[in-house]
Amino acid sequence: MSLDEYTRREFKQVGTRVRRPDGVDKVTGRAMYGADATAPGMLTGRILRSPHAHARIRSIATSAAEALPGVKAVITSADLSVPEDEFIRDVQDNCMARGKALYDGHAVAAVAATDAATARAALKLIKVDYEPLPHVTDVDVAIRPGAPVVQEGRALENVPAGMSANVTSHSEFGHGTPAEGFARADKIIERSFRTAATHQGYIEPHACLASYAADGKADLWCCTQGQFFVRTLCSAIMGMEASQLRVTASEIGGGFGGKTTVFIEPVALALSRKAGRPVKIVMTRDEVFRATGPTVSTSMDIKIGMTSDGRITAGEAHLRYSGGAFPCGTVDMGGQAAFAAYDLEHVRTFGWNVLTNRPKEAAYRAPGAPQAIYAVESVIDELCQHFGLDPIDVRLKNAAKKGTKSSYGPTFPDIGLVATLEAAKKHPHYSAPLKDGQGRGISCGFWFNFGGNSCVSLNVNTDGTIGVTEGNPDIGGSRASISLMAAEELGIPYDRVRTIVADTSSLGYNDVTDGSRVTFAVGLATIKAARAAIRLMCERAAKIWGIDAEAVEWKDGAAVPAGPNAGKFPPMSLAEIAAVSFETGGPIAGHHEVNVDGAGVSFGVHIVDVEVDKETGATKVLRYTVFQDAGKAVHPSYVEGQMQGGAVQGIGWALNEEYIYGADGRLQNPGFLDYRVPVASDLPMIDTVILEIPNPGHPYGVRGVGETGIVPPLAALSNAVSRSAGIRLCELPMSPPRVLKALTGAG
Amino acid sequence: MKSIPVSTTINGDPYEFLCAPDETLLDVLRNRLSLTGAKEGCGTGDCGACSVTLNGRLVCSCLVLGAEAQGAEISTIEGMADGDELHPLQRHFIDHAALQCGICTPGILVAAKSLLEKNPAPTDEEVRYWLAGNLCRCTGYDKIIAAVQAAAAEMRGA
Repeated sequence: MSLDEYTRREFKQVGTRVRRPDGVDKVTGRAMYGADATAPGMLTGRILRSPHAHARIRSIATSAAEALPGVKAVITSADLSVPEDEFIRDVQDNCMARGKALYDGHAVAAVAATDAATARAALKLIKVDYEPLPHVTDVDVAIRPGAPVVQEGRALENVPAGMSANVTSHSEFGHGTPAEGFARADKIIERSFRTAATHQGYIEPHACLASYAADGKADLWCCTQGQFFVRTLCSAIMGMEASQLRVTASEIGGGFGGKTTVFIEPVALALSRKAGRPVKIVMTRDEVFRATGPTVSTSMDIKIGMTSDGRITAGEAHLRYSGGAFPCGTVDMGGQAAFAAYDLEHVRTFGWNVLTNRPKEAAYRAPGAPQAIYAVESVIDELCQHFGLDPIDVRLKNAAKKGTKSSYGPTFPDIGLVATLEAAKKHPHYSAPLKDGQGRGISCGFWFNFGGNSCVSLNVNTDGTIGVTEGNPDIGGSRASISLMAAEELGIPYDRVRTIVADTSSLGYNDVTDGSRVTFAVGLATIKAARAAIRLMCERAAKIWGIDAEAVEWKDGAAVPAGPNAGKFPPMSLAEIAAVSFETGGPIAGHHEVNVDGAGVSFGVHIVDVEVDKETGATKVLRYTVFQDAGKAVHPSYVEGQMQGGAVQGIGWALNEEYIYGADGRLQNPGFLDYRVPVASDLPMIDTVILEIPNPGHPYGVRGVGETGIVPPLAALSNAVSRSAGIRLCELPMSPPRVLKALTGAG
Repeated sequence: MKSIPVSTTINGDPYEFLCAPDETLLDVLRNRLSLTGAKEGCGTGDCGACSVTLNGRLVCSCLVLGAEAQGAEISTIEGMADGDELHPLQRHFIDHAALQCGICTPGILVAAKSLLEKNPAPTDEEVRYWLAGNLCRCTGYDKIIAAVQAAAAEMRGA
């Protein structure tokens, strides 16, 4: 971890609430999203999906569909080769079933036709001979020996013999000897929890337009969180060299992790290759629910011991996550995150991934962490209730801080948890009076944050303006934050900088927009690209002045002599240097390529007040406040937006959202009517408090803020419901029927 | 199926098109008329991303047939700004950071404009209930409510 990047400074532009550069496009309908692209001669692609949760595909007869006038191509998995790489093979098999349909909605064939009506008609002419197989969609059932096996032979070596073949991996984290810690506890609570799978719920369905040319080159436009990773996956699946496939990211209508992989892109490419024409595929909402996302579904056992004065003596977690029909490592992150907020002598987590006949898990904001932390924070709250201790005081007493050996290994550098808890404790919300029947809950949250591969080119135009080229789709204001950092470093006004998102042929590799990495890592690369341009501009000024380049420094947007010995020259502005660049050596640019380390972990604390309607079981959120460490908030409005949006997704997860499977193994609620995400009238204002504990790993102290916000709401809501209604639910969502059942059971 | 000829007015401009009897107004706008500002988030009237007004009434254009546009006056997001001059709602959405990804924004703006035409001084609760048919997954709605109220205040003052 690089810890020497941060230097304290006064910011002139970073930290201001400027207008985002893509704002006008997005309020006028001008912005081009995934489904908005067209190409001459374009065909419409559609996908046939399995109605079975688990079935062997004996044969697929496509000739009747192919014979339909207007149909230009039909493909099945037989049109794709079988990749050697297991990871790529899983991605491909998820895009197009090979041999078996593994879940309701799994793609089995696809057509390209001259219009959507013909494509739909053609799907009905494809005859798939299925042999239905026993299925399993529940993680606790799937883990038992004797359960229907989703895929054979996928277990890693660390899975003990004798377990169900659905168990694909095992992980263990922690230190100390929990048994010793539990022996010192005054009270030990053990509870089992379950959380439903939820969907990222982006409003824009997946969409792409593929154009494969006869010379083997192809272009792909799609809504994605990472065009470079799309290229990696699609070129591997299509057997193409990366240089022959250019991927352009459209504007993206939400992702939250769910657009970090491919679902339809290889299908569109294969159809285009076969048809010899561009093919566009846009998913329906039903397809989005059945075949993309969702999160893992989980079952967890938590055991925590505490002394009567609130010191946690040991913690243990057993996590069983199902990432659907393919192996999935998300449980490892759950195991690492479960106790990350606490400074513990004895802590251990055990994780298992289990296959079920559900769609392949895709990342969703802090993947794996909300579930495990929900369970841990619920048990801690119950211990606080048992001893009559203040829940923030108990967390402060046990909080991880600088020098804490984390439950997953690393020793923490400067982190903001204690400051965040203290801010929550002294906030008026925490001491505001509650009426009868209302309850207040709190929870901590944590996310690792990532850095990763980042390339930025920064071009100094001859009129003194700047073009920044970066490679991560702008999912929530990143053009603005990147432009702000470039402007700050160069010392020029924000509106002189224009940041664009490049296609895969225009820039080096950039990791996916995930792990809360963009403002941190791409920002760091932008600052360093600006510094490279500044070095060049100082050299040009030195050349003009006839002095050594070392004798020139950059101040307030201009080159100046470094000291009295350098000579007396008036400052030469960026615009002045740029204007004469053709005479002083040519165009001026800076660039920076790096695999960024030092992302700096992120903590948050949420306070929520609720009231449970004891007649209906409905939970009303009355007041909500988010406290989170942003390191340095580059654009405070969009930092707040991340905190608010994450909190509301967490509220939906806690109260309503769930994948509901029938006995037939089919998803029963694949639409926004029955999978109910929070709407405006469900919610109060979401207040935010941004803390700024500089991240030593970033020149401006920035930490990622995108993910932590979804972690605390699950337990905060559960803890508030417990205090409002006197019932402790151990299952999410706390939907009205489930709450009502608990209330009835509680008498 | 035989196509139906339709004459209509969109954002004050006359349009003529042919559409299939089962073709939605949303598909006509997006695929035949290149008015792609209205978005399809669900196709079932649950998300509001395709909101337009039809003869002054707020509708999900995915639930309206193209043929129903005959003789109607339709307003879409593309007609909200007056040339270079943004509507106060559009300006306040940018100034209040009321959009993140922006996919729901056209529908929410159309819906909010429709609200303010009926009720120039709504309470927060009235804004929340009016916009309950417009899903936003990014913002948690907070800044949207603030932006609508700021625009409403400005429009009342004007």
